[in-house]
Amino acid sequence: MTPLVHATLTHADLLGLFAHFLVLSLLAVGGAITTAPDMHRYVVDEHQWISDAQFSASVAIAQAAPGPNVLFVAVIGWNVAGPIGALATMSGTLLPSTALTLVATRWGTSRRETRSMRAFTAGLTPLTIGLLVATGWVLARPYVGDDLGAFGAIGLIVVAIVVMMRTRISPMWLVGLGALVGALGWV
Amino acid sequence: MSERPSAGGRRAAQRVADDIAPARPASNVDLFFTFNRLALQGFGGVLAVAQRELVERKGWLTRQQFVEMLALSQVLPGPNVVNLALMFGDRFFGLRGAFAALAGLMLVPLAIVVALTFAYGEFSRLAPVAGALRGMGAIAAGLVIATALKLMTALGSSQLGRPLAGAFATLTFVAIAWLRWPLVWVIAGLGSLAVAIAYRRMR
Repeated sequence: MTPLVHATLTHADLLGLFAHFLVLSLLAVGGAITTAPDMHRYVVDEHQWISDAQFSASVAIAQAAPGPNVLFVAVIGWNVAGPIGALATMSGTLLPSTALTLVATRWGTSRRETRSMRAFTAGLTPLTIGLLVATGWVLARPYVGDDLGAFGAIGLIVVAIVVMMRTRISPMWLVGLGALVGALGWV
Repeated sequence: MSERPSAGGRRAAQRVADDIAPARPASNVDLFFTFNRLALQGFGGVLAVAQRELVERKGWLTRQQFVEMLALSQVLPGPNVVNLALMFGDRFFGLRGAFAALAGLMLVPLAIVVALTFAYGEFSRLAPVAGALRGMGAIAAGLVIATALKLMTALGSSQLGRPLAGAFATLTFVAIAWLRWPLVWVIAGLGSLAVAIAYRRMR
């Protein structure tokens, strides 16, 4: 990757960036990562503020760092326009969904024992679990499909599953193992 | 290296099926540091660690409560783990609790990710760095799958009954991972069907 050179954004550009992420926040049902394709369309294709490689690297860095994956949004903003860009994308992403979640939680909690609220959570629980398996699958697919390092990667995935199911070892150690095995070139 | 389970965690493990969590957070400060701790362990996503910390170690939620809260946080727009933190904090300490949990989740990881962005620009050409990123990605995938497998036990106590709940979980997986249908339509279609059936089965 070439050294990061921030594009020069006008105030109007920054406002547009903020507004775009504001809208995406409300569309991000199932997690922020589901709106990544549209972020790509906006900052890479339409405005060419960052390159394709910078976009991919932004997502990978946030995945590798500790903390919520939504931080990839901050990295994209930072790569587009430095700290002010990160502030624009992050606040755009968090403000609408936070407000909505707080309102919806309180509304739902006061009705927790009603039949419709119980049916709502009971009905959606299986979907949540299906979505979680799908997320694991989507994350695993790039490694499984690639025959170069597939053997090592599948091994790591299986080890992670078994250790998580059978022991109380912190996931941190597993991530450390993954980094070590990867750095040695076995993945 | 394995951590000793706290008293709350052990009791939590025994009472998985129960709907009463064995413990609760002491204060907003407790919330902040717990979410900070779980965020810093969450490489490649926080969900797996959140389940381990909140359900197994702290015993602040039962598995059933966790999966219900997760279901709501996924249906609502926005980052799931952020929504989960907001809901969890709000449940115990209202608005201040919600923001204490959110701050714990975000502040330190945000600083780290910004530092890494700088570092990556310098070191990304080195093969071991790129390899390490791949290895960590594979582990992250395994962690998410393991969390899903664990939470499947919560399907047993579903009002839908285990077979039907399992069928809905499988259909969701197929629709998203295989058919690549837009999530909004899957939730609107399968979700409303599942909710309608659950509603009819409750008295």
